[in-house]
Amino acid sequence: MIIKGGIVYDPANGIFGEEMDICIENGRIAEDAGGEVIDARGLLVMPGGVDAHSHIAGPKLNTGRIMRPDDSRMGTEPRTGVCRPSTGYTVPNCYAIGYRYARLGYTTAFEAATPIIEARHTHEELEEIPIVDKGALTLFGSNWTVMECVRENDMEKLAAYVAWGLRAARGYGVKIVNPGGGEAWGFGSNVKSIHDPVPHFDVTPAQIIRALAEVNERLRLPHSIHLHFNNLGRPGNYTTAIETLELLKDIKPSRMRQVVHVAHMQFSAYGGTGWKDFESKASVIADYFNQTDHATMDLGQIIFGPATTMTADAPLEYANARIGHQKWSNHDIELEESSGVVPWVYMRKMPVNAVQWAIGLELALLTKDPWKVVMTTDHPNGGPFVNYPEIIALLMSREKREEEMKTLHEVVRSRSTLPSIEREIDWSEIVIMTRAAPARILGLEDKGHLGIGADADISIYNIRPDEIDPSKDHAKVKAGMSRAKYTIKGGAVVVRDGEIVAAPQGRTYWVDAAVPERDMDRMLSSLKEKFERYYSIRMSNYMVQDAYLSNPFVVRAGVQPLKEVI
Amino acid sequence: MRLQIEDVLCTFCGCLCDDIRVEVDGGRIEKVRGACRLGSSKIMGHSRIKSPMIRVNGELREASYEEAYRKAAEILVSAKHPLLYGWASTTCEALKKGILLAEEIGGVVDTTATVCHGPSIIGIEEKGLVGSTLGQIKNRADLIVFWGCNPSEAHPRHTLRYSSNASGRFIPEGRKDRKVLVIDVRETRTARNADRFLRIQPGTDYEMISALRMIIGGKAESLPEDVAGVSRKELVEIAEMMRSAKFGAIFFGLGLTHSRGRYKNVDNALSLVSELNSHTKFVIMAMRGHYNVTGAGQVLAWSSGYPMAVDYARGAPYYNPGETSCCDLLSRRDVDAAMIIASDPASNLPRGCVEALAEMPVIQIDPFENPTTFFADVVIPSAIAGIEAEGTAYRMDGLSLRLRKLVDTEYPSDVEILQAILDNVRRLRDDN
Amino acid sequence: MISGRTLAQGAGCEDKMSRLYIDEVSCCYLSEEDYRALGLSDGMNLLLTSPHGSAVLRAGVDKGLPKGMVFIPMGPWANMLTGTDTKGCGMPGFKGVEVEVTPTDEKVLDIRELMLRGR
Ligand code: SF4
Ligand SMILES: [Zn+2]
Repeated sequence: MIIKGGIVYDPANGIFGEEMDICIENGRIAEDAGGEVIDARGLLVMPGGVDAHSHIAGPKLNTGRIMRPDDSRMGTEPRTGVCRPSTGYTVPNCYAIGYRYARLGYTTAFEAATPIIEARHTHEELEEIPIVDKGALTLFGSNWTVMECVRENDMEKLAAYVAWGLRAARGYGVKIVNPGGGEAWGFGSNVKSIHDPVPHFDVTPAQIIRALAEVNERLRLPHSIHLHFNNLGRPGNYTTAIETLELLKDIKPSRMRQVVHVAHMQFSAYGGTGWKDFESKASVIADYFNQTDHATMDLGQIIFGPATTMTADAPLEYANARIGHQKWSNHDIELEESSGVVPWVYMRKMPVNAVQWAIGLELALLTKDPWKVVMTTDHPNGGPFVNYPEIIALLMSREKREEEMKTLHEVVRSRSTLPSIEREIDWSEIVIMTRAAPARILGLEDKGHLGIGADADISIYNIRPDEIDPSKDHAKVKAGMSRAKYTIKGGAVVVRDGEIVAAPQGRTYWVDAAVPERDMDRMLSSLKEKFERYYSIRMSNYMVQDAYLSNPFVVRAGVQPLKEVI
Repeated sequence: MRLQIEDVLCTFCGCLCDDIRVEVDGGRIEKVRGACRLGSSKIMGHSRIKSPMIRVNGELREASYEEAYRKAAEILVSAKHPLLYGWASTTCEALKKGILLAEEIGGVVDTTATVCHGPSIIGIEEKGLVGSTLGQIKNRADLIVFWGCNPSEAHPRHTLRYSSNASGRFIPEGRKDRKVLVIDVRETRTARNADRFLRIQPGTDYEMISALRMIIGGKAESLPEDVAGVSRKELVEIAEMMRSAKFGAIFFGLGLTHSRGRYKNVDNALSLVSELNSHTKFVIMAMRGHYNVTGAGQVLAWSSGYPMAVDYARGAPYYNPGETSCCDLLSRRDVDAAMIIASDPASNLPRGCVEALAEMPVIQIDPFENPTTFFADVVIPSAIAGIEAEGTAYRMDGLSLRLRKLVDTEYPSDVEILQAILDNVRRLRDDN
Repeated sequence: MISGRTLAQGAGCEDKMSRLYIDEVSCCYLSEEDYRALGLSDGMNLLLTSPHGSAVLRAGVDKGLPKGMVFIPMGPWANMLTGTDTKGCGMPGFKGVEVEVTPTDEKVLDIRELMLRGR
């Protein structure tokens, strides 16, 4: 296949809007090729989108669906010759997730949080999501074995456990959510700062984070630790954010990437002492990112209208339910985590929501290096991912931002710096924030760029970069980005003129990390005891079996082959 | 050769015990260890349907699988609005195929949940569910409440593995470290083993829950001296038991969902637990009956957005319990054919629904004969999931586990049967 | 009348044609007081009539039951007495059905006769 005459943006390879042809052979970008010719003359061409932080599969998704039939009724689309039926807006069914990503030109999406013991369910749902390549990050932040290793300061054993946990969950990376808080919530409390000890375990969140970061690098995992800060979602929490990032400054990355990726930074960039004097501290956070090089972030931009909040930060969901007078689901997970789901609505005239909206945009606009920023809504916490084109238009047009701000509560002008920001993001920067950076941050070498040998995941939009001025024509930008003219996944056309034309099964990425056998043996003997005494299932029924990954893609890490355990 | 298989899952009740030991000799199950009476009688096995059957002139006659598949497909294709019902005692993989079939023929998929914990699900739609995995309760709960359920008879190993009698990290002494409270209309075996039994009048669950909510909300003095036959003093004591627990867990059963108030009872109980969390830690869980009724809801939810009673007649999922649930569809004569898989509506539905079933063509897929067989026009015997076929099932707390295959069989699995019917449906469609 | 699960009903519920299951689900239990008041003894049958239907069941005692309540293990006999109205929620009324109880000489039908009664 050849894509002819497109205006190509491939910033990872130094290509910033050049007219060129792209050749595809055997699902990869090639020097030359024959076959079908796609006429892309004058059109915007870029690598397929990569979502590095989204909630798309697992128990909490179904919890959201089951408690929200009102949401499932939104976004209903009947089956077609190619597609199975779609339902839902904030909590779409599996099919809708795949089709909607593809229609936006996205070809990869990573689920951001899965407890090991529930990973089988996550993979069952991932298997049902068509088209996109996917993976799931694994939760370690309130895990008993992790905390015990940290308390004993046994980094070898911790590395063995993380490697084993990733294998058991068929997970891609180390996710840490409100570390220690998930355990404290087991008796209804929380940790209040990174130095507040976890009840019964005698370790602090700071120690957990630091140990997991060290072990992450020891194992040379493709992705860094992926961190949801303590105190997330609370006024004044920007200090916790900076204090936590300071903890990790001296850790050496084992690969060409960050040491820590911060999940949905927006929710942790809050000033004020309470909701009344709530204000943006995005500029302080952006300054910190501008001065340091060990951290990256995704935005967690909010979108006005309905959302469904879902997180392993269970105490936060309890607070959300109380503040919002909303129905509340909670789910504690033995020895590993807790979690919650609460429906939400972001309102334009609500002062806190207006400021939250501004914070996401400020973070993207004030952080100078776009390689440190991934555009997300923390789907569906800040709003559903189908709204990415809206964010793109906002970032590219000051005029649009001004128009939006007129519809919001006026505090958006006094409690954020957004009104004074002139920067308008260009196409190259958009491609970095939605493709190149998330791929690099996740360590997906064949994604997010169009170099020879890369995966032939490509999106082509009905937008003529040489003719339109995104600053003025933001409505055209939004419309064009909402329905890809073509989405090509692994060399196959899956979207044509905004419609799904094929729905192949994507791959599931997971990381197989090797550790020395003696560490693994030592770890397993203490883990076995946990299964005998505390878990409610047997160890031999715990690991996700091969049957749940029909199309796996294994990324190898560590130093020597992992001993087969079961 | 004698083979000892460890950590086998019991595919009987929602406890989905995964620590059973099975001895297999020469392809036959010889011994079951560690299961309760319910589980071992299932695993040991009993009489099976021998061959596929098709009803001719009122009598079931043996037929080949191919003939049965074709006849089943004919029934489904010529029906305007078929019902595909059951799914609680088979694998998630089978239901996935069933949903695909329903999408293609415009049918309704409903599970046995609608006549079991369907009201619980409606309650969850109203309030959300404050829950946990069973292991969390095993490790932490110092108060266990059984409300309108009787695990001694329906989930025999529940108390040992997960609740009253289990020991855990913060409950090292097991039963000694926990209090057990039973609330029911009759003194069940579970009640006899409790620290405290509160007998209530039938149909007064809602009043009891409301009274407890008032006490916990600090409004005890507004209650009358006697609430539907229970003294205020006793209710205050029960509320105090709940509030002073470090970690409380309510397990509720059909006593709430089948009696007056139905989903409102559950809605109210969910609110009670939510409010208790302002004072201490509390969770609540439905005692799901069939081993994979939870999984059926999960598969339907991720496929359609809804956990039961999903109608595909319009090409997109439509859900309205009370309209698209099996009992209503049958009693209103709103479906004109039925495929029953791994369940027995003839025994489990009210007589009025069974009469409707008797009037329409019925396809039955099941390893075992049951009263539904009397009404079936096509009977397709299948392998027993978890014994003769692999697959996935979800425990009552939503934890998914993989079922093993222990012995070989001549019978096709539910997945294979449904795929064959689907193939036949497509072929018939292409011919027309 | 309430219906519910019992151990024997459960053990037989995937073996519905077994004697064990059928004996269990064709029995109705009364409180000791009611049992005596009706002058029942071992082997006697009861005719139960509800607004939705009627059935003959064997009579038994359950000491855990209060006066005025009848318990029938879930199954076809109990369902002869339940109505189809789900009050818009999909769930028929399996518990809390008003029934009239009279001792009878009629025999308990076998499962086939029961299911095919009136057809
Ligand atoms: S309690 Fe349930 S799952 Fe466990 S052995 Fe008994 S029937 Fe099987
Ligand atoms: Zn997230």
